[in-house]
Amino acid sequence: MKFDTPATTNPIDQLKVVGQPVDRVDGPLKTTGTAPYAYEHPVPDAAYGHVIGAAIAKGRITSMDLAQARAAPGVLAIVTADNAGKLEKGEHNTATLLGGPEIQHYHQAIALVVAETFEQARAAAHLVHVEYERGRGAFDLAAEKGSSIKPKPGIGGEADTAVGDFASAFAEAPVQLDATYTTPDQTHVMMEPHASIAKWDGDRLTVWTSNQMVAWGTKDLAKTLGIPKENVHLMSPYIGGGFGGKLFLRADVLLAALGARAAKRPVKVALQRALMINNTTHRPATIQRIRLGAAKDGRLTAIGHESWSGDLPGGEPETAVSQTRLLYAGANRMTSMRLAVLDLPEGNALRAPGEAPGMMALEIAMDEMAEKLGMDPVEFRLLNDTQVDPEHPKRPFSQRHLVECLRKGADHFGWAKRTARPGRSRKGRWLTGLGVAAAFCNNLLMKSAARVRLDHRGILTVETDMTDIGTGSYTVIAQTAAETMGLPLDKVVVRLGDSRFPVSCGSGGQWGGNNSSSGVYAACIKLRQAIAKKAGIDEDDAVFSDGHVTAGSKRMTLAELAGESGLAAEDQIEYGDLAERYQQSTFGAHFVEVAVDAFTGETHVRRMLAVCAAGRILNPKTARSQVIGAMTMGVGAALMEGLHVDKRRGFFVNHDLASYEVPVHADIPHQEVIFLDETDPVSSPLKAKGVGELGICGAAAAVANAIYNASGVRVRDYPVTLDKFIDRLPEAA
Amino acid sequence: MSLNGAPPMQPPETHDLSRRDFLVLGTSTVASAAVTSDMPAQEAPAAASTQDAAAPATAKASFQVNGMPCDLELDTRTTLLDALREHLHLTGSKKGCDQGQCGACTVIVNGRRINSCLTLAVMQQGSEVTTIEGLGTPEDMHPLQSAFVKCDGYQCGYCTAGQICSAVAMLDEIKAGIPSHVTEDLTQAPQLTPPELRERMSGNLCRCGAYSNIFDAINEVAGGQA
Repeated sequence: MKFDTPATTNPIDQLKVVGQPVDRVDGPLKTTGTAPYAYEHPVPDAAYGHVIGAAIAKGRITSMDLAQARAAPGVLAIVTADNAGKLEKGEHNTATLLGGPEIQHYHQAIALVVAETFEQARAAAHLVHVEYERGRGAFDLAAEKGSSIKPKPGIGGEADTAVGDFASAFAEAPVQLDATYTTPDQTHVMMEPHASIAKWDGDRLTVWTSNQMVAWGTKDLAKTLGIPKENVHLMSPYIGGGFGGKLFLRADVLLAALGARAAKRPVKVALQRALMINNTTHRPATIQRIRLGAAKDGRLTAIGHESWSGDLPGGEPETAVSQTRLLYAGANRMTSMRLAVLDLPEGNALRAPGEAPGMMALEIAMDEMAEKLGMDPVEFRLLNDTQVDPEHPKRPFSQRHLVECLRKGADHFGWAKRTARPGRSRKGRWLTGLGVAAAFCNNLLMKSAARVRLDHRGILTVETDMTDIGTGSYTVIAQTAAETMGLPLDKVVVRLGDSRFPVSCGSGGQWGGNNSSSGVYAACIKLRQAIAKKAGIDEDDAVFSDGHVTAGSKRMTLAELAGESGLAAEDQIEYGDLAERYQQSTFGAHFVEVAVDAFTGETHVRRMLAVCAAGRILNPKTARSQVIGAMTMGVGAALMEGLHVDKRRGFFVNHDLASYEVPVHADIPHQEVIFLDETDPVSSPLKAKGVGELGICGAAAAVANAIYNASGVRVRDYPVTLDKFIDRLPEAA
Repeated sequence: MSLNGAPPMQPPETHDLSRRDFLVLGTSTVASAAVTSDMPAQEAPAAASTQDAAAPATAKASFQVNGMPCDLELDTRTTLLDALREHLHLTGSKKGCDQGQCGACTVIVNGRRINSCLTLAVMQQGSEVTTIEGLGTPEDMHPLQSAFVKCDGYQCGYCTAGQICSAVAMLDEIKAGIPSHVTEDLTQAPQLTPPELRERMSGNLCRCGAYSNIFDAINEVAGGQA
């Protein structure tokens, strides 16, 4: 199905199942511990692998003594770059997944020890003796900023953009802001470590793994091993969180495959938690300079946003300026990204890459500018709304309800009661404050395919290689199929995450829900055509409802039409140029109340509200969960999350869950989410858009702005920990 | 961050095996097990070589899991979590960090919640272990399991078993009058207030950020006291 004209009325609009807050269809499995994750598939005779990570950030292995480890009890094989055979690098990888002799980053995998038991593999791994020659590396973004280069155009577009005459407009603006913000390296730390089981049958490889993008993983595993893609069967039915950290082939699956080949046994590998953070990818730190110029009435005349980030050679920038090209009006604008070479672990996507750290900076800048103008920060944003792409004024947004989100949120949250002057609202030991930020995240369109099969019992089975990383894919896909086919939800079976199924969009960039459901819709429409044909009725007259198809006086059950042989259809959604003709984005507004301890500087988040405009909400229950989860990650980004770089030895020091702090129950209050009643016929037949990343974009800035409102101290370096402002707090006693 | 408050007022565990016996049994292996899993290979202690090809020490571990007696002959380094997951194939308890930092492996032992990655299976002689599988099944769910589904108290599902086991034991701790870090008056029986619930659940991380919904699920089962 090619989607190249805006959607009109279609079966989804019935909203009997779609749009309803139904419980997750996989809920009973997840809550009873019976959903099988990667490491848990019952594969007989599996041996265990333990990964060894490089102890230097850059340099060479000069010797590796395996003798003692090989002689240790239970050891079956040890895989190193020396004995693994020729390996290619995956298309989506920057560093190789099995290092040696050259080392590209700290904890790059250099060996896998395979043994009969987990305990034996772990013990033997400590008997491998490695000598290194340490090389000189660059690890400090601030120090390398001056030598950064203009990166090639990538996912975030051109490195430099310019509209109008920014320099003059900024210079002439009566009210100016020129401020620099920093965001730290952050890590996914999804609860399930990267884990895989690999099994060879001759030259055919089966892997159970935890990967957001089944087709990418399959292709890159085959490429890395130098075997045909057809020989790889990859399954990833349940994923214990991804957030972008499982978009790509990682060391666990490659090493499991190599270990299984060497040991001639199936092999299980899970990355050790303390290895994960330096072994896998992270969100790169940024330095962002934002310049805003406005007339005295508050209208922005100049918007400039520059961002510096680092990555390994061949890597890409963190595209932190992307939202600034679209979010606010202003005739004169510029953005610029520069990339430094750093020998830290590979930088890559983490929930809302680019936009999440970009909004952390931009939305503090907007708060600061509002204050300079003497304006309310909500009013300032309302005034600078645009309904067209500011770089291309003839190109409208498909839907843009930022103003409504801000207004509704302000009203609902009691924004009018905010004390505008910072540091002036105190109750007992607590300084309280309110903060606001816009939310913005683009809506991306990706091809996505599915097949559907109706059997003689009237059960519809949907198969697509789509993944559910906690996003609710199983459920919204079941809802889409049930709605389109006129079936109750319990007559739909959804099977995901298998490379033998049609290739979907996968899970990433908040594109999963809308695109994968649209692919399933396309396949269902094709099945409706086949059913109508078999029933001998005109497809346009056919009404699919309650497990029946009806046309005029003719009424038959889908079960009887399917018959013993069943009926099947396969199709995909693909897109025309609607994304070029219309800018497709999602919008929202975050409101946060914090209390800052006047004595200790400790911050408590007391209330949070997000108002979102993100097209049709396919399932308000799971969509709300996506948003509160993203808000929670925003609280983490604002208050505690940050990898600490050892700038001498070149690694992230706090590489476990005790030292890389993430929000816990005690950090998070009740969270409220309001979805505006929006449909976007330009986005897809479902008229839905992404929502999973919208909730993080702006959330951290709203917390930071609330801290400023409470304390009167502006912190521009995330996370906003108390050491950065306690000395500037108002006199407490 | 708060730590999973193992309440200080619990009676000590009773083991058939004394602590001293355990140390004797475990000596040959504790040295290597104590090496952190991420320690660079080059810094591995030379002392570990004393192991050589000697067969690993094994011991009998006998305990009940979900009411069923289990008799295992285990490498003494095997954690309770790995005994459950790899030997008894009860994979509902999750390995999130294997170092006591995330709570995904929380199970209930003799009525008390513990991180099963932080206890060796051989330390649990005679214990009664309850895992998520023992609380309910998809066809016959525990009220907390049903409440998690209703309130969408999870997303990826990987912390869920730990959250639910933790919540079951946590509600019992409050009933038993055990105070927490945020209990304001130690002379009164603790109540299930929102700060109490959140503090007591803070050893169970949820990176998907379902906390607000998990709170609702637990509170619903507890009768909406918080």
